[in-house]
Amino acid sequence: MDNERKLTIARAMAEATAQEMRIDPRVFVMGEDIADLGGVFGNTRGLAEEFGKERVRDTPISETGFIGAAVGAAQDGMRPVVELMFVDFFGVCFDAIYNLMAKNTYFSGGKFNVPMVLMTSTGGGYSDAGQHSQCLYGSFAHLPGMKVVSPSNAYDAKGLMTAAIRDPNPVIYMYHKGLQGMGWLGTEKGAIVHVPEEPYEVEIGKARIAREGRDVTIVSIAQGVHHGLKAARILQDQGISAEVVDLRSLVPLDRDTIRASVAKTGRLIVVDEDYHSFGVSGEIIATVTETNLADLKAPPRRIAYPDVPIPFARVMEQYCLPNADKIVAAARELCGAVIPA
Amino acid sequence: MATKKAPERPNVSKEELLKFYREMLLIRRFEEKAGQLYGMGLIGGFCHLYIGQEAVVVGLEAATKEGDKRITSYRDHGHMLACGMDPKGVMAELTGRIGGYSKGKGGSMHMFSKERHFYGGHGIVGAQVPLGAGLAFADKYLGNDNVTFAYFGDGAANQGQVYETYNMAELWNLPVIFVIENNQYAMGTSVKRSTKSPSLWERGAAYGIKGEAVDGMDVLAVKAAAEKAVATCRAGEGPYILEMMTYRYRGHSMSDPAKYRTREEVEKMKSEKDAIEHVRDLLLQGGLASDEELKAIDKDIKAIVNEAAEFSKESPEPPVEELWTDIYA
Ligand SMILES: Cc1ncc(C[n+]2csc(CCOP(=O)(O)OP(=O)(O)O)c2C)c(N)n1
Ligand SMILES: [Mg+2]
Repeated sequence: MDNERKLTIARAMAEATAQEMRIDPRVFVMGEDIADLGGVFGNTRGLAEEFGKERVRDTPISETGFIGAAVGAAQDGMRPVVELMFVDFFGVCFDAIYNLMAKNTYFSGGKFNVPMVLMTSTGGGYSDAGQHSQCLYGSFAHLPGMKVVSPSNAYDAKGLMTAAIRDPNPVIYMYHKGLQGMGWLGTEKGAIVHVPEEPYEVEIGKARIAREGRDVTIVSIAQGVHHGLKAARILQDQGISAEVVDLRSLVPLDRDTIRASVAKTGRLIVVDEDYHSFGVSGEIIATVTETNLADLKAPPRRIAYPDVPIPFARVMEQYCLPNADKIVAAARELCGAVIPA
Repeated sequence: MATKKAPERPNVSKEELLKFYREMLLIRRFEEKAGQLYGMGLIGGFCHLYIGQEAVVVGLEAATKEGDKRITSYRDHGHMLACGMDPKGVMAELTGRIGGYSKGKGGSMHMFSKERHFYGGHGIVGAQVPLGAGLAFADKYLGNDNVTFAYFGDGAANQGQVYETYNMAELWNLPVIFVIENNQYAMGTSVKRSTKSPSLWERGAAYGIKGEAVDGMDVLAVKAAAEKAVATCRAGEGPYILEMMTYRYRGHSMSDPAKYRTREEVEKMKSEKDAIEHVRDLLLQGGLASDEELKAIDKDIKAIVNEAAEFSKESPEPPVEELWTDIYA
């Protein structure tokens, strides 16, 4: 393509934010090292230069304070885009998030809404241990009152960010560190895709079929989608046709797309970098089994993070993480293929 | 930079100066080695080096006795070495090996030692501060005269939980010394850009806590301040705040773009305020030690650090069965 503009997720997020800031003066950005530095993960780069440090504001390390302040400003009609540097840090500020940001619309009987975006980085794989490597998708998605999205590629990253900023509700925007296109974190090439210059929205709550297939459905989000796509390519050579569903959004969850895909393939594998138990993977399986049990030709499977704090040592961490090989093995089992010795 | 100057002819023995020199040099060389191993890909994640701040932990440790406790953030290698933990075990944790202090599960940011009363190594900014008060609470409750050192950074000083802790610590007269390691930066944000408080220790006054700022590049000034703070706490009149004015020479972690300060600023600190050079000058110019004596120490330290590095490469990687141990007691 001549007019191809390949961007990283980080740049796509910054572009969407800048475009909304140009048309809506209520949009402002704050967080730690997001102005001068452009964000530890690059997703606010260039914003302070264009919009100045009043609108793109570095904060002290006071998450309860600035996220709470964003909730107040949002209720007052502003459109804050705030960053929690790592999702793991939610422990110091969760009250502002789940008791206030997520509930004040309801508790005001709809008089006040909270139109804000909370961006936060997720994921591991680079030996940063268990206070800097979690995904915690389920922890956020579990609690009513906020939307939760996470892109797997730059096109969705831009469209979801635009939609999130325009949304009258609070949106948790989780971006996976391994997809940001930061050299020092390793780069997933599949996340760097063509991004149209003009603003557009990707509907929050709409999954995408990332690859069509007949034999097995692989459902995932963010980094897991790339593991699924890689597995699907390997499986194709082995005569198994895998469909990959990229959820893009956990709340709302596009249950129809999941059910329709499983109705077609009859087999389900959920890939989740979050902890195994009580989380997204169980929810997706319940989505199918509660209403469409008869569609399943085999018991559903999940490939998720074991229920252990994420260890530092590389060998241990890599052993725990989902990957294409684990998905391939599970798909072969589900499809009754001979397991190679 | 702050504050107190070392006395012209300090009242300190040759032995003590040599001990300071040795301990600070161990931290510096250990950290340089860790930086190399990181560059070689043997250490993963974010690795936060302590280079430049050595006088803080070495001076404070000089005022401790057996039984005293310490707890700090992720910038913790210096604290562990200064309180007598084994460099081999620390380095092997950095490389994620079974011989490391946490069997490779914790890494750079998460290490502990029961023997040396070191309570971690914590990755969430400010989170260790209330724990420090809890350690002191236990000692007071048990009726011993141990003191706890709760270290945190200038950036951490803007976390709300620090102030909840201040209030309780003074209310209950806990024997805890809050050590603010003011190295002027929190990642890329300078103190000037994160607060209008003229000083950080003075915030304690709002809670009735005594404190002072100290030249954290001068190990003698640090030790003197520490002795005063420790005596106050042991006498049941704690807590106490020490704001150590110091400086980190390296990036925040190994992936620091270093755009937030000038090279000149860093060079100036190194050439004018370096804590190790300061002690070296006192020793040499005061005629207390010869060049040869110091060289012998340098050699010694080099051997210890090399041994730690070797151990950290040879110690096996943890078997995956270790994943499921230690989750519950
Ligand atoms: C609650 C929380 N917020 C943010 C971070 C990310 N972070 C890690 S270190 C750091 C800077 C801390 O600076 P300071 O307290 O001055 O300590 P220093 O690194 O200088 O030793 C930040 C923002 C974190 N780990 N925890
Ligand atoms: Mg600092």
